[in-house]
Amino acid sequence: MLINGKESEFADVRTVADLLKALELEKGAVAVELNREVVPRADHLRTTLHEGDQLEVVTLVGGG
Amino acid sequence: MTSPQTQPASNPTHDTTLRVGGRKLGSRLIVGTGKYADFTQMEQALDASGADAITVAVRRERLYNEKGESLLDHIDLARYTILPNTAGCFTAEDAVRVARLGRELLDQLGNPGKDWVKLEVLADKKTLLPDPLGTLEACRTLVKDGFEVLCYTSDDPVMALRLRDAGAASVMPAGSPIGSGQGVLNPNAIRIILEMLKDPANGGTPDYPVIVDAGVGTASDVSIAMELGSDGVLLNTGIAHARDPVTMAHAMRHALEAGRLAYLAGRIPKKLYATASSPWDGVISYIPGE
Repeated sequence: MLINGKESEFADVRTVADLLKALELEKGAVAVELNREVVPRADHLRTTLHEGDQLEVVTLVGGG
Repeated sequence: MTSPQTQPASNPTHDTTLRVGGRKLGSRLIVGTGKYADFTQMEQALDASGADAITVAVRRERLYNEKGESLLDHIDLARYTILPNTAGCFTAEDAVRVARLGRELLDQLGNPGKDWVKLEVLADKKTLLPDPLGTLEACRTLVKDGFEVLCYTSDDPVMALRLRDAGAASVMPAGSPIGSGQGVLNPNAIRIILEMLKDPANGGTPDYPVIVDAGVGTASDVSIAMELGSDGVLLNTGIAHARDPVTMAHAMRHALEAGRLAYLAGRIPKKLYATASSPWDGVISYIPGE
C-alpha cells in the first residue's frame, strides 16, 4: 500500500480502522482518503484495504 | 444637577453582521493560523484579532516520526469557526479532494466550519496567483457537492462575476499577491468588483459578501479595503510575521473597525483645490487677489 506517498507494509491490517490503530492514530483528528475518495469515519471499520491501495491520512495544520 | 451622559453619536454595534452563506460572523476579520513562531503566540494573536472565523490547511499526518503538538490542541473549537482552505492545490481535482477531506475532519470535530471551504486553485508556486479556469471548475463542483465556497480570486471584476454566478458564497479578491504585504494594489478593480456584485443598479445584491483576501501588510491596508466597501478582510502573514504579532492583531482589529465605520459614514469626495474650514466672513487680514 502507498500511504502518504510512501510504500508501507503492515501485518494484520485488514480495514481502515486497523490501519489507523497500527499508526497509533485511532484517536486523532484525521481524515482518510482511499484511492482519491474520502472514507467517512463511520465507514472505517467496514472499509477493507487491498494490495496496491493508495491512502492519504491527513489532519489540520496552521494555514492562511 | 446631574450631568448629561455623554454618548457617541453613532454606535458601531448598530452595524449589520457579516453573513456568508448561511453563517453569521461576529467579526468582519478572518485570520489565518499559519506561520506563527509557536502556538502560544498564535492563540494570543487570534484572541487579539477579535476574529471568530479562522483558516486552517489540510496536510498529511506525520506517520512515523515524533508526532509533536497539534494545531487542534491550541484552538478553542467552541469559540472559533474553522474555515479549511485548499492552499497548495494547483488543479481543480486536487482542490475538490482537499475540500472533502477538510469537511470530513470538521465533521468529526463537530465544528460549524463543516461544508465551508476557502477555495484556492493556484497557478504556480512563485506568484501564487489563482488559476482562474481551475478555480471556476472547482467552485462549480464544490457548490454542486453542497459546499459553501469562499472563493479566492484575483482582482479581475469579470472573474469575480463568473464565480458569483457559479454559486460562490463569497468572492474573495486578492489585494496583492499572497503574503506579499503590498496592500490593496488596485483599489479601482476592487471598487468595480464591489459595484458589480453589490450594487442593485448593476445587477448586484447589497448583502453579497466580498472579502479582500491576501496581500495585507499593515493596519492601513485593512482600513483601505474596508473603506472601499468590502464586507471583510482575510489575512494571515501581516499578523503572523509582524515583529510583534499580538500587537499587530490588535492594530488589525481597530483598523478594520475604523475602515468599516468610515465606509458607513461616507467619506468626502477628493478635490483638487483646498476648501477652508474657517469662514471667510469677518476676516481682518489682507487676502491676496481681493
